[in-house]
Order: sequence, then C-alpha cells, then structure tokens
Amino acid sequence: MRYVEEFRDPKAAKALLSAIARVADAIGATREKPVHIMEVCGGHTHAIFRYGLDKLVHEGIEFIHGPGCPVCVLPMSRVDDCVTIAEREGVIFTTFGDAMRVPGTRKSLLQAKADGADIRMVYSPLDALELARRNPEREVVFFGLGFETTTPSTALSIQQAAREGLTNFSVFCNHITVPEPIKTLLDDPHMVLDGFVGPGHVSMVIGVHAYDFIARDYGKPIVVAGFEPIDLLQSVLMVLEQIRDGRAEVENQYARVVPEHGNPVSLAAIADVYERRPRFAWRGLGEIDASGLRIRDTYLAFDAEEKFGIGYAASPDDEPEGCACSSVMTGRIKPTACPQFGRGCKPETPLGALMVSSEGACAAYWTYGGARALPRVNPEVAAQ
Amino acid sequence: MCLGIPGQIVAITDAARQMAMADVSGVRREVSLAPVADRPLDALVGKWVLIHVGFAMAVIDAQEAADTLEALRGLGEAQETLDAMAEGAKALEEQ
Ligand code: SF4
Repeated sequence: MRYVEEFRDPKAAKALLSAIARVADAIGATREKPVHIMEVCGGHTHAIFRYGLDKLVHEGIEFIHGPGCPVCVLPMSRVDDCVTIAEREGVIFTTFGDAMRVPGTRKSLLQAKADGADIRMVYSPLDALELARRNPEREVVFFGLGFETTTPSTALSIQQAAREGLTNFSVFCNHITVPEPIKTLLDDPHMVLDGFVGPGHVSMVIGVHAYDFIARDYGKPIVVAGFEPIDLLQSVLMVLEQIRDGRAEVENQYARVVPEHGNPVSLAAIADVYERRPRFAWRGLGEIDASGLRIRDTYLAFDAEEKFGIGYAASPDDEPEGCACSSVMTGRIKPTACPQFGRGCKPETPLGALMVSSEGACAAYWTYGGARALPRVNPEVAAQ
Repeated sequence: MCLGIPGQIVAITDAARQMAMADVSGVRREVSLAPVADRPLDALVGKWVLIHVGFAMAVIDAQEAADTLEALRGLGEAQETLDAMAEGAKALEEQ
C-alpha cells in the first residue's frame, strides 16, 4: 500500500481522491456494483500499481487492465518466426530488450541467443540502421514491435534506408494499433466497461479523434491521460463526471503533450510505409480485423517477411498449459486467480506474456503485491 | 519502449538526416528530429523533447520534462530506458 504523501503534490492528490469519492457516491458506485474503468495502456497499468491507485480510489471503482502492452499480446507463433529469422546464416537480428524473454513455442529470443544466434538488443531502429551500414556483408533485421508510439520510428527508419539505398536492412513488422482491440472488447457481450482512460503517448501520435467511435458508437466516455498519479486521478474523475452527467465524450487531460490531431510527420510516415493487414492475431484476444500493419509493396525490399519467405498465418490460441492469460487479458479474472501466478509463472521465469513486461498486468500484480497477492487456497494447485 | 523519455537537444549532428545529440538524464544519445522538424532544426537546440525509441516525438517545456522524468523514475522506466540506450551502443560495437 502506497501513501498519498509520496506523490509530487499530495494536496492535489487528496483533493482529487475526495472529488472522485463524491462523484462515485453520487452515481451509486459500490464495491458490489463498481464502475469499471479500463486503462488501455500498459504504462498506466504499471503506474496504477506502483502508486497503489487501485487501493486509494473509492471502493466503487474497479480498474480493468487493457490490452496495451505490445509484448503481452504478441502471439507465440510470431516469436517463433523471429527465432527462425535470427537463426538464419548471416543474420544480425535486432530487437527491443522487452521482447527477449517472451516465450515462443520452441524458445524465446534469449534462449536463441544463448544457442548462438546473433541477436542484439537495441534501443532504437536507428541502431539497427547503423548496424546495417557498418556490416554490409550481413543481413540486419529489426523486429518492429509496438503500438503507434513505435510505429513511426520504424516507418521513418525504412524511409531513411530507402533514401540511402541500403540493401541489407529489413523490418519484421508486427506493429499493431490501439483503437481496433478496444472495439473488439466493446463488442464482447461479456465485457462490462463503463469508461476508458486513454493512452497518452500513443495519442500524441494519432491524436484524440481516433477514439471518437467509443463515444459516438458505444456511448462510453474516454479521457486521454498523462502518466503522473495526479494525471491518472484527474482522468478517472473526468470519466466519472461524464457518467454522472450522462455524457459520452472524448476528453484530453494530457493536452500539454497530446495535440488534437496527433503528430503529422509521424502519421504521414506511417501512411507512406504501412498498410493494414486484413486481420492480425493477438495473444489472448484472437484475430482482430485491421489491427495489424504490414509494409507496403513500395518498400517490399525492406520487408523481412518477403526477404525470408515468412508469411502471416493465424496461429491457434497456443497458450502454455494451465495459463489463464486470455481470461486475464479480457478482464474476466484477476491475475491472482491464475493457477500459475507466482508458482509456475514469475517475472524471472515467465510462462505467459503478461508476466514478461513491467507493463503486463500479472507482472504488475506480482511486483507490487508480490506473494501477498497469492490467494491462500488455490484449489487447482492444491489438487496437484 | 512504450513510454517516451524527456531529453534536451544539445547540438545538430547531421542536418541532412535531421539528426541531433540529446542529453537524456546526463547520457548523450543521437536522436532523430524528423517528427518535430516542422521548424528550422537550429531552433530546436536547447529545447526539451519527448524521445521515443530514438525519435523526438514532441517538443515539451522544461517543467513538463522535469515532471515526466520524475514520474518515469518513480516507475523505474527512466533507468530501463537508459539501460536500453547502453545496450544499443554496445550492440553497435559487437563483432
Ligand atoms: S500468471 Fe502467468 S500464466 Fe497466469 S495469466 Fe498471468 S502471465 Fe498468464
């Protein structure tokens, strides 16, 4: 349990917490009948746990952790494809460090590296470009992973490679988009959602109108939020006020960073380099229409799928034994209800992807709740 | 990788490629200014930007930069990003 005193501005935090409590009471939110607010972004999930916001807010508010952690929703079969490419003769495979420990069906990239594949962790696709310049006799592949925050960086890097005429650089594109899975969750009749806290840095790229459909077609409030605890509390308050007033709007709490129409250079680069795949597989959520990007024919020379003959095939929902990732992902159960939580599955030895990244719900529960978060009696484990 | 980190632009290193040197919590890192190059590059020297995987995605003011850094430090994400930058530099040197 964290204390408000730790916040940068405890007075403001206390005022927000009381305001939240007042509005929550006014709309009749209780522990038994809570208001369900989904924070879409994994960064927000992490912040909520780090600052204990889920415990500090009125008990009638329940956070549902959204699909906004790209490492967590990466299908195992795509990790397998990475390993296949990385193990090819002459390849230098580059990736963000976050992806190294994601389990594939055969092995993770970390294991493939230990087995001798030349896999390097980079900070930026710019590092991969530089590796391609310095190693003209090698094939340098960058693992393009992430939402709209990282998509522009790979698009701009591919444009740069094209300008320089680099022939040994390609991207294995697994970029995904934020709005489409939200739509899928809203279409799920089992999903109870009353409002959303929208991602801050994704919105900096795509702007706020990408979420208009949430308010217009589904009648739900969404507030784009910053990452400080105060930002999150204020956004929760704004969502509650919309519910109280019977409004459903897209509001921007993070206007100091998020422009209404996003970042024009980034959007232009994305449109130039990528097109939507008809559908793309998400771990735990299945295939979602138009939710993934692939490289356009104009830039085919930089497409690792083309270069290495790797197609996109829908993967069956191949989750490890006893893993409840998909139920956690869709908010049906809390991580602690997974029989593997803290037993077979811990951050050092993740079984499911939600335990890999600090932005995954399971890792956040474990890090900030730890063993205390373990249910005392777990029938499924007790039965083993 | 999903959260940006504030850095201050200290010099333009390659105007043709829109590259600049940024100071990120005391660490020097070359970044691309392409997403914020809707103004003369020289005008960005001294400014704070939010950097995502090596690309300056937004110009922010000094106070916002300080507050964001504090929030990222609180989450441990600032250190994670600096470690990733060090890994990136190491990756270039490996044979
Ligand atoms: S504890 Fe591990 S196996 Fe269980 S849902 Fe979380 S990530 Fe999946």
